[in-house]
Amino acid sequence: MTPEEWTAVRLSLLVATTATLASLPFGVAIAWLLARRQFWGKGLLDTLVHLPLILPPVVTGYLLLISFGKRGPIGAFLDQAFGIVFSFRWTGAALACAVMGFPLLVRAIRLSIEAVDSRLEAAAGTLGANPLWVFATITLPLCLPGVIAGAILCFAKSMGEFGATITFVSNIPGETQTLPSLIYTFTQIPGGDAGAMRLTLVSIAISMFALLGSELLARRIGVHRMAA
Amino acid sequence: MSLEVDVDHRRGSFHLAARFSAAPGLTALFGRSGSGKTSLVDLVGGLIRPDRGRIAVDGQVLVDTERGLFVPKHRRRIGYVFQDSRLFPHLSVRRNLLYGRWFARESAGGAADLASVVDLLGVGHLLERKPESLSGGEKQRVAIGRALLAHPQLLLMDEPLASLDEARRAEILPYIERLRDEAGVPILYVSHSVAEVARLATTVVILTDGMVTAVGPVLDILPLAEGNDGGSVLDARVASHDDAFQLSVLASAAGELQVPRLSAPVGATVRAYIRSRDVMLSLSPPQDISALNVLAGKVVGIAPTANGSQADVRLDCSGATLMARLTLKSVERLALAPGRPVHAVIKSVSFERS
Repeated sequence: MTPEEWTAVRLSLLVATTATLASLPFGVAIAWLLARRQFWGKGLLDTLVHLPLILPPVVTGYLLLISFGKRGPIGAFLDQAFGIVFSFRWTGAALACAVMGFPLLVRAIRLSIEAVDSRLEAAAGTLGANPLWVFATITLPLCLPGVIAGAILCFAKSMGEFGATITFVSNIPGETQTLPSLIYTFTQIPGGDAGAMRLTLVSIAISMFALLGSELLARRIGVHRMAA
Repeated sequence: MSLEVDVDHRRGSFHLAARFSAAPGLTALFGRSGSGKTSLVDLVGGLIRPDRGRIAVDGQVLVDTERGLFVPKHRRRIGYVFQDSRLFPHLSVRRNLLYGRWFARESAGGAADLASVVDLLGVGHLLERKPESLSGGEKQRVAIGRALLAHPQLLLMDEPLASLDEARRAEILPYIERLRDEAGVPILYVSHSVAEVARLATTVVILTDGMVTAVGPVLDILPLAEGNDGGSVLDARVASHDDAFQLSVLASAAGELQVPRLSAPVGATVRAYIRSRDVMLSLSPPQDISALNVLAGKVVGIAPTANGSQADVRLDCSGATLMARLTLKSVERLALAPGRPVHAVIKSVSFERS
């Protein structure tokens, strides 16, 4: 593989890892809200979380561009207040991947929280644990396989995200040129077939690894459910 | 340590309207399934909110809807032993037992430590195991220990012995008695079993279709409890043991009773539960009869049973109440009526160890 290809693979791994780790706490919190609480606007939140799954990725990318871009309202605020810039940076690619992977993350975690017997949580409450402790000592350990499965799905989605990323942060080598973007570039230039094929194989390997991992964990949740 | 409950709670078409106050000790909630026993315990435990009402333990108000007060369950310091033990599947037995300890503020007096609880419940060999590998009885003993180790100021027990076999039940019952008598922890105890209630309860609350139909000391209330076969309770003291015949002699207000050998020492107070169908009546003192127990008394009342073919005869034996179930034919043949002196005959073998 050429240095250019290695750079793209490394960048993709960085972007996907950042996207997954940064969205994990939010994903767990929203999954818990959706699984365990009743509140006004719950349906709206659920729809909003799932929207990137249904919208054309280009639309999601464009919405990110006009809101998180340099002149977008949120982007301008974050730049001035915290010096965080998303547009045409690898951080923007991570944001795009996080948004696209979020529905998968939340869905997996929500299902596994719903599988936790709420009577156990009530029992922990009677033993003196406040809701936060109940979550940390009972709910989270029991739904952990689901959390890991969701994280793997989000990571895999991030590795392959193309439409929203290229729309939001373009295709800049070394900064925003992720693995799928480079494959796309290769298909646009003469003689790029060999590179495209190499990266395709790398891509398949990473995806299969992630899928196998999530499958294995899903089976463990099943075992857990039967035991509980 | 007392418990005051006055609540209204609706769930679907079921309406629970319960009002009672219980003396210190063990309060048994008694009633058919679906009568609202578990809902009532959940209300006291803070697992559900009443639509209206007030609940106080020992003067401390847990719920008062008028004042908008609701103490969440984790601040109530109650130990709840659930019917399904609800052990945490990802924690070892030891960590299940110690779970409440993390949160118990200061250790309340009288509550036991791990070693003594483990000893009393016989779970020492299980400490490193996971709950999924335990039998039903073992799970329930761990659940009782877990609730105790949270140093509760009130213990809720929802049919805690339902999943235990006879031998294990007999082993745990004395421990619950000790909790009631020594630790001073008030207990709210749900049960189907008349024998269990007879043995453990200080106060009995009878629930029928969500309504409290009777409240009071166990000796007064239990004879009124409908359902099961009916029976009466006598407070007694172990007077002596007859090892040759494997019998124990109990002294009660109604007279002396000979029962199968008890393990309790001489002088210990026990309760005898006598099923009304095990009691025979005779107008003259019976002679040449195998039954060892004959108690003299007087008929106080006669009530036909629900199906109308039999009657429950209520006797006063020197101040103690004894119930006898007879056919209507026997009632007529003996011309039983209030005020009539009779002799109650009870076979020793009809006593069971509860």
